[in-house]
Amino acid sequence: MKTMIFATLLALGLPAYAGEAAPNAEDPVIEQRMINLATDLRCLVCQNESLAGSHAELAEDLRKEIRAQMKLGKNDKEVLEYLTDRYGDYVLYQPPFKPVTYLLWLGPLLFLLLGLGAWYAALKKRRTLQAAQLDEAQRAAAEKLLQDK
Amino acid sequence: MKRWLPVIVFFILVGFFAKGLFLNPREVPSPFIGKPAPAFTLPLVGNEAQSFSPSDMRGKVWLMNVWAPWCVSCRQEHPVLMSLARGQSVPIIGLNWKDKDREAAMLLSTQGSPYYAVPDDLSGKVGIDYGVTGTPETYVIDRQGIVRMKHVGPIDMDVWKKKIEPKLKELGA
Repeated sequence: MKTMIFATLLALGLPAYAGEAAPNAEDPVIEQRMINLATDLRCLVCQNESLAGSHAELAEDLRKEIRAQMKLGKNDKEVLEYLTDRYGDYVLYQPPFKPVTYLLWLGPLLFLLLGLGAWYAALKKRRTLQAAQLDEAQRAAAEKLLQDK
Repeated sequence: MKRWLPVIVFFILVGFFAKGLFLNPREVPSPFIGKPAPAFTLPLVGNEAQSFSPSDMRGKVWLMNVWAPWCVSCRQEHPVLMSLARGQSVPIIGLNWKDKDREAAMLLSTQGSPYYAVPDDLSGKVGIDYGVTGTPETYVIDRQGIVRMKHVGPIDMDVWKKKIEPKLKELGA
């Protein structure tokens, strides 16, 4: 009997833990939009954390601000504009494609082209090596080697 | 020549990394340089009936120092600002950022205030409008209300002499 009561009490205790992870957002749709957006934004206090994942107080304030703006009906682009107006492109993990970032975006392609060029040059060199001509004496020596089993 | 190529590439890379080591990652380029300082109106610490807005400073070159009583490096900066204030070269506005424990008035009356005015940004919203990422940060604002420079981190005599004072001279303060 005692065991039964104990087991029942244990079972009763379990659901209490289940509620802990529930988000305390009033509007789950806006919360989801905010998190989607903030995952690609940099927290300016701990620079290697996203705005969605950071516990810094400023990150919390900014998340609050993003929520408030979304509630006012602003779309994601307008919210991003609000942030980049204040913190610059630095808040974006994915920098925009513009003259100062051309090298950043096109750099990998440049390196690929360099690599292809080097590869082509090496291949070409090898081909000319293979095409080296043998003179008569060498040819005869090679023939002899092949027949001399 | 050809066999030296990897060595040359290596030293170019070392050059980039060495430069990167000495950069300050906190020094995020501010998008406000050359743009008007965002407008706001906030009550003053210790005198809530009065308020401050940047337009009050039209015609003056001024500094806006974002600080907070809970900020440790602001305390380190405080004596420097005090000596600058004694020199009276430029008015310093001390934006009191997110002072939830309401300690600013007390602190300034015991330690002395280097500030011309202390607007009270309790919610931190004005700070966000200025792109503040942490305290202390200092903005140099010119006679037309345009932000000319932003310094992240405490001002010491070195920063003052090499960075801020030359800028003030240039702006004719």
